[in-house]
Amino acid sequence: MGFYIVQFLTGLASASALFLVASGLSIIFGVTRIVNFAHGAFYMLGAYVAFTLTERLSGAFGFWGGIVLAALAVAIIGVLVEMLLLRRIYSSPELFQLLATFGLTLMVEDLVVLIWGPDDLLGRRAPGFRGAVEMFGQNVPSYDLFMIVLGPVVLGILWLLFHRTRWGILVRAATQDRDMVAALGVNQKWLFTSVFGAGVFLAALGGALQIPRDAVHHALDLRIIVEVFVVVVIGGLGSITGAFVAAVLVAELNAFGILVFPKISIILVFLVMAVVLIVRPWGLFGKPEAAARKTPGLSVRPWQPLSQNERIAFAVGVVLAALLPLIAGNYALAVGAEIAIFVIFAASLHFLMSVGGLASFGHAAYFGLGAYGVAFLAKIAGLPMIVCLALGPLLGLFGAAIFGFFAIQLSGVYFAMLTLAFAQIVWSIAFQWVPVTGGDNGILSIWPETWAAGPARFYWLSLAVAVAVVGLLRVIVFSPFGYALRGTRDSLLRSESIGIDAKRIQWTAFVIAGTAAGIGGSLFAYLKGSVFPDNIGIGLSVDALVMVLLGGVETVSGAVVGAIVFKALSIWLVSQTDWSKLILGGVIVLIVVAFPKGIVGMIETWRARSDAPSSKSAALAASQPEGAE
Amino acid sequence: MKRRDLLIGASLFGATFAAALAGSATGALAQAEIKIGEINSYSALPAFTEPYRKGWQLAVEEINAAGGVNGKKIVVISKDDGGKPADALTAANELVEKEKVAMLAGTFLSNIGLAVSDFANQKKVFFLAAEPLTDAITWSKGNRYTFRLRPSNYMQAAMLVDEAAKLPAKRWATIAPNYEYGQSAVGVFKKLLSAKRPDIEWVDEQWPPLGKIDAGPVVQATAAAKPDAILNVMFGADLVKLVREGNTRGTFKDRSVVSFLTGEPEYLDPLKDETPEGWIVTGYPWNDIQIPEHDKFLKAYQAKYNDYPRLGSIVGYQTIKAAAAILAKAGSEDTDKMIAAAEGITMPSPFGEITFRKIDHQSTLGAFVGKTAQKDGKGVMTGSAYRNGKDYLPSDAEVSTLRPKE
Repeated sequence: MGFYIVQFLTGLASASALFLVASGLSIIFGVTRIVNFAHGAFYMLGAYVAFTLTERLSGAFGFWGGIVLAALAVAIIGVLVEMLLLRRIYSSPELFQLLATFGLTLMVEDLVVLIWGPDDLLGRRAPGFRGAVEMFGQNVPSYDLFMIVLGPVVLGILWLLFHRTRWGILVRAATQDRDMVAALGVNQKWLFTSVFGAGVFLAALGGALQIPRDAVHHALDLRIIVEVFVVVVIGGLGSITGAFVAAVLVAELNAFGILVFPKISIILVFLVMAVVLIVRPWGLFGKPEAAARKTPGLSVRPWQPLSQNERIAFAVGVVLAALLPLIAGNYALAVGAEIAIFVIFAASLHFLMSVGGLASFGHAAYFGLGAYGVAFLAKIAGLPMIVCLALGPLLGLFGAAIFGFFAIQLSGVYFAMLTLAFAQIVWSIAFQWVPVTGGDNGILSIWPETWAAGPARFYWLSLAVAVAVVGLLRVIVFSPFGYALRGTRDSLLRSESIGIDAKRIQWTAFVIAGTAAGIGGSLFAYLKGSVFPDNIGIGLSVDALVMVLLGGVETVSGAVVGAIVFKALSIWLVSQTDWSKLILGGVIVLIVVAFPKGIVGMIETWRARSDAPSSKSAALAASQPEGAE
Repeated sequence: MKRRDLLIGASLFGATFAAALAGSATGALAQAEIKIGEINSYSALPAFTEPYRKGWQLAVEEINAAGGVNGKKIVVISKDDGGKPADALTAANELVEKEKVAMLAGTFLSNIGLAVSDFANQKKVFFLAAEPLTDAITWSKGNRYTFRLRPSNYMQAAMLVDEAAKLPAKRWATIAPNYEYGQSAVGVFKKLLSAKRPDIEWVDEQWPPLGKIDAGPVVQATAAAKPDAILNVMFGADLVKLVREGNTRGTFKDRSVVSFLTGEPEYLDPLKDETPEGWIVTGYPWNDIQIPEHDKFLKAYQAKYNDYPRLGSIVGYQTIKAAAAILAKAGSEDTDKMIAAAEGITMPSPFGEITFRKIDHQSTLGAFVGKTAQKDGKGVMTGSAYRNGKDYLPSDAEVSTLRPKE
């Protein structure tokens, strides 16, 4: 019995650590709607700065002072980031801030190695909390007890702050209805800045408080960020109490789960999230999201099929790309094929995000399923390549059909997180089911047959498939089905009232996008000659999001440009420099500032402006940026 | 206006592809050099790969100062794989197709090592795997183009089992990261130890995810099974968390612990004054080695970098030294000749003489086995002895059944 109580206490200590970071993310998201991917980076910075300060300052005061100072210092960095970067893009399409914070995260990962060196750092233990206390015949670290108390204390302070101060009341009001708060004359700018600063403070504090039990290293951010998002979503967006309950739930299930299933940790949080979201679509303590009031920028400048001239330009581009093997070497062709494959992948997510308004955070699942589909067919069934390419994507289709059915019951960030949970479940199956999938050592030797072997042939194959998929997706956008899908995106209520079966339409769109991603994955398996769980991983899903946002989410085919730019840039940087993340992150941040609607989105806006006198709709579009303030 | 936009659009479309080409024009080779393509997880695992890089840079310097190989200078072209197999393959392709390297070398993670090994097999390129520990790379997925330097998972397990079998402990628990390396380390260790000591029982296993250990509950759950001894395979930041929790909770008190890799400076040094006493570990006690070749290496390394070597430094150094030895014996950069030269080649190393076995392309480089201890608030290995890799491999008959027929 004593053991179970102590295990419970240990779980509570883990929960407190998780809650500190999650609460910061929750208030940032609740008010600013920023999906702050950099939250983990701020957590890591908090740990690094606290390490330096606690090594320099002496005594108990030095240690605890160092922790608080570190959190404050990082919060100031957060405030600067908000003022210099995020303020510029609040009127950008939804999720665009994700791109900016993703760029920052990449930069921070390299910067900490540059500043603090590559070695893992061991911080000091907390003065007064070095040892253990004996309870029920077991040793409980006194620092755990400190954390167990700290969690509820922070929860209490936050509650008081939100319910007893004017600032807190404004924050809660903004969480419920930002536009109304703005209309009532509250200076949103400073409200957002202060909320962002407070959230970053909590993240950095969470990181700083880990130094007595963890090592400080450059991968701390990735270790925490996804888990924290999950906790926030399980709890319900914007609900601090929800985040606390969710943190306790996740930590305790893990503490007791490992007693029965020692391998459960790898997937537990995602399983919990999937179950919670299916049963309670807005998390434990969340409320249904109010329908977006803002008219999407798109409906101001409706999409149009390509004009005759644009078609010619597109055809010229394809022909130019097809002529590449005449001048390029084998390596350039392999890179070209990889870019073409990522064009397919990005275009498939773009279709779901832009046309369907359904941003998936787990789109790599279907890419990876396509790749594994090919691997199974080629290695286990021994089928010829052409059959594998045709049938492999079906695994992506099946996956999308099953997961899509559940996912489309939700919307917004909850939809995104459920897709993420499904992707992680697929990933963990690929990772764990060693006899079938080879686990993380993957499946090897899936090389193309002679007709497609050789860099030029494989490049042409990939290019042809990419052109076909992108073209087909465009045809679908301008088909009756595409119009119906856009209807469900722009107004679910109105589209249903005119007789559109919204859920069926969205489900179909999800399956189309999943299948298209599977086609990309199938080609990818042959390009690399192997498949790994990496092909399903979060990293790849994030890459796809970045490509779509970079191209411009409010465009018909911006993802094509986004994929080419991102993939070419990252392959080139990784090859040329050891600090590719720093430079790539910097470039992304610059692009975010220069092209706040994505590359293609901005080009279209400029074109619309220059054509302004000729058409009424374009004139409206030109006035849009001012109107959106 | 319109037309200009379209032109820009069309040219943009092809421009990115063209940009990738610009680099490929630099393919013209200077005749008097041999290019070795090297890939490792520099950005993902800097704690290991920075000393590793210093190691191979020292080797290149020494080789070229002594006149190079076959009258040519050695040039190493190094690429980062970001810890991802797919990116490692892109890099391997660049090195082979664009840089026209004579051979590939490097890699750290097992899955990347396997991916590059399969690529080498497909492209018929010589590949000298530096670090990946998986047994598959020389056995179940071995191929004629791939050789491996470091002692494999099996070899390190066998070295530790020798010591573990001497312990009185009967109840064993395991803690290992939940991925292929952890799984096969535990698998081999269990098999070998149970064979030597049929009287022991395995009472608990914990599989925290790599890099994400929630150490408190894991340590607590392990202790609850009341084991006499614990096998640990965690390393890096996970190890730090595990050791700190275990120290605070007294989990390691009065228990034997056998631990993979913990004696390597990369993993031992961050533990500082938390270093547990008396763990039986494999590692690299750099300041406590009485081998003349090592003295020479140590002096050269410290003179060049004003820092002490980590195990990564040894691996990086010996990888390039081995590459040079193979090239010199082959007398050519022809792949088949290099394979013929590498099979059975014997060469000096900082750990003494090593041989790349003909039967499975595994080198006989060994490791040091000793016990952890604290000295002046720092972790050290004491009582360590070098275990020659050749003594810890299965019989030739068994190995030949493990490798696919060519």
